[in-house]
Amino acid sequence: MSSPEMTTPMPPTNAAPEKPKANAELERLASQDYKYGFVTDIEEDRIAPGLTEDVVRLISKKKNEPEWLLEYRLKAYRRFREMLAENPAGPEWANVHYPKIDYDGIVYYSAPKQKKKLESLDEIDPQLRETYGKLGISLLEQKRLHGIAVDAVFDSVSVATTFKAELEKKGIHFCSFSEAVAEHPELVRKYLGSVVPYSDNFFACLNAAVFSDGSFAYIPKGVRCPMELSTYFRINAAGTGQFERTLLIADEGAYVSYLEGCTAPQRDENQLHAAVVELVALDRAEIKYSTVQNWYPGNAEGVGGIYNFVTKRGACRGFRSKISWTQVETGSAITWKYPSCLLIGDESVGAFYSVAMTNHHQQADTGTKMIHIGKNTKSTIISKGISAGRGNQSYRGLVKIGPKATGARNYSQCDSLLMGDKCGAHTFPYLDVANPSATVEHEATTSKISDDQLFFCRQRGISEEDAISMIVNGFCKEVLRELPMEFAVEAQNLLSVSLEGSVG
Amino acid sequence: MSKTPLIQIRNLHANAGETPILRGLTLELFPGEVHAIMGPNGSGKSTLSNVLVGRPGYEVTGGEVLFRGKNLLEMDAETRAREGIFLAFQYPVEIPGVANNYFLRTAVNAIRSHRGQPRLDAIDFLTLLREKMKLVEMPEEMMARAINEGFSGGEKKRNEILQMLLLDPSFCILDETDSGLDIDALRIVSNGVNQMRSPDRAMLVITHYQRLLDYIVPDRVHVLSKGRIARSGGKELALELEEKGYGWIEDEAGGAS
Ligand SMILES: Nc1ncnc2c1ncn2[C@@H]1O[C@H](COP(=O)(O)OP(=O)(O)OP(=O)(O)O)[C@@H](O)[C@H]1O
Ligand SMILES: [Mg+2]
Repeated sequence: MSSPEMTTPMPPTNAAPEKPKANAELERLASQDYKYGFVTDIEEDRIAPGLTEDVVRLISKKKNEPEWLLEYRLKAYRRFREMLAENPAGPEWANVHYPKIDYDGIVYYSAPKQKKKLESLDEIDPQLRETYGKLGISLLEQKRLHGIAVDAVFDSVSVATTFKAELEKKGIHFCSFSEAVAEHPELVRKYLGSVVPYSDNFFACLNAAVFSDGSFAYIPKGVRCPMELSTYFRINAAGTGQFERTLLIADEGAYVSYLEGCTAPQRDENQLHAAVVELVALDRAEIKYSTVQNWYPGNAEGVGGIYNFVTKRGACRGFRSKISWTQVETGSAITWKYPSCLLIGDESVGAFYSVAMTNHHQQADTGTKMIHIGKNTKSTIISKGISAGRGNQSYRGLVKIGPKATGARNYSQCDSLLMGDKCGAHTFPYLDVANPSATVEHEATTSKISDDQLFFCRQRGISEEDAISMIVNGFCKEVLRELPMEFAVEAQNLLSVSLEGSVG
Repeated sequence: MSKTPLIQIRNLHANAGETPILRGLTLELFPGEVHAIMGPNGSGKSTLSNVLVGRPGYEVTGGEVLFRGKNLLEMDAETRAREGIFLAFQYPVEIPGVANNYFLRTAVNAIRSHRGQPRLDAIDFLTLLREKMKLVEMPEEMMARAINEGFSGGEKKRNEILQMLLLDPSFCILDETDSGLDIDALRIVSNGVNQMRSPDRAMLVITHYQRLLDYIVPDRVHVLSKGRIARSGGKELALELEEKGYGWIEDEAGGAS
């Protein structure tokens, strides 16, 4: 099966929380409702459920795709059928538990139609608006989120058009995946599946067969992208579907910072999400990819949340190329994701900075893979896990040093923070070193927010909620500072709001 | 000296967990007063402090506590702090990852908001912080470190006094702030405390050692034994205890109960 090549497991550090004396408060906190979800009212152009070769052909046809892309989808489809036959329940190795998914019961194509238009923000649930306020989402963005018409100057479409034109002047292509297929087929054909082959793993294979849409960016040689890509677009880009596909290419000496996701809460009727993100960095190019993910996590019993199975991988193909993944995750019922770097070019650099929070019955099995292939390659892994309620999370990190990776270096740090005594955190570092000149360091800590710490803060006049968010933000700061400034502030608010849901 | 007491503790009974520890404790402090509490290990001194600041895990089973005439026992812990009650902990906790100065500013502003004062911005706060740090002779770089993380025992205690200076409480409880201090630190901490002495503030100083009371001269000294005040006196009582130990008082208290 397609599980990552995890070899030589080191003994896992299972952080079984010690029994605290008075955790009734935290328990009460952890049992609050997720009050920030909202259901959008979407009319769709759907096809019948089920996955067949005809469905794949139909998707490709509806999107007017060229023959080669249809062929690509079909190859993936056939491989997926084989995988499903081998393993009808899907991958089972991850430390998460979910009911069997009926892959033939899913609707694989639905083009969203216009959302029901609201006239003004007054029609939005006041509680939700309060959340927006806490997250620091501007009135303008709130309007866009709900499809409320905004002033002509600020209309999201015209803003997008203006920025796109500016980007095109520098030779930067930034568009939806479907547009890229139509307008830049040579680039898509050259790079699609070159980092994550369709046969890579179960979910990537499914995505390759039926992907809906996503984003595409190409930064030409020597160009520094003048803005955080997707800052102005992320609201529009949200909801591109359950099988999203992203491809970013930074040509020689190019630089780009890309933001994915949104701190606003997102809900989707589709439980299963299987996205693929591919990054390619050529000589001396640098890609920073930041994600904030806030999918609906399900109710307190764990019912109804999103299953988020994502394959994200970056290839540092060029000399001294750099790729960094930074992510803050608070949502989903189940998250399974391993943003990874293939360090192929000599002296290339990979980094992974992550904050994952699980609450209630959320499960997260996340981590990263750093594959050192070139000489003097370097990688850094900083993973911060926060568990509250009955949340359960596992961190898996694979550091693989190939035989030719002379002088390779890795530093990994995995810290877990537990709130209450019903949650869990598990760390599974895997090392596979085939070159004796490599240096690999791993540090792991587990701490608990203790009653004594909270009381100390309260005795100094700080409310329990503020104390918790102060401790959590302190715990995460090494990751938060990697995010672009304005995103970092939002992410910090998001952590507080997510905990507020758990802290009451 | 004002006529109304700042704090009145009347016939207080309290459990630590399930165990009855305080058994009818009565004590009054007027503004401007400093009282010392002494007494053998396990007599209930820390329990009394914890009950006064509303720590979870302690249950009041009888009696009452009035703070400026208000029922203290029905306020939650953060409200008591904001109303002006401060405890310098016997064992200050460490909070990794949270910078001391950030924490202090959050606390100062929480208390200022409660008092209807404007929040201090980073610059005004820094000015205030520097002034108070001089009093406890703490180097500035300690402020960027995590709360108490890796601080020596004495540094933690000095940090408690710094917090007291910053938060400007009206009733201060110092639970064995002198234990574990070297001679210089003892002088520094005492200076900090003496700076805080004022006609509208009262202090309860818990200690085992007369030597602290050479620096912080108390108005009254009480001996706590088996959950009650077994004897009260002037500052000379502390000298008597130093000489004779607690045995004679415990015998008297034992006989009385
Ligand atoms: N949670 C608890 N459950 C049961 N007993 C407790 C609890 N907390 C404290 N005690 C007990 O209460 C008694 C009083 O403890 P306290 O800490 O108040 O003493 P103290 O006078 O401060 O002593 P010391 O001088 O050693 O600091 C002790 O016997 C202690 O073991
Ligand atoms: Mg004590």
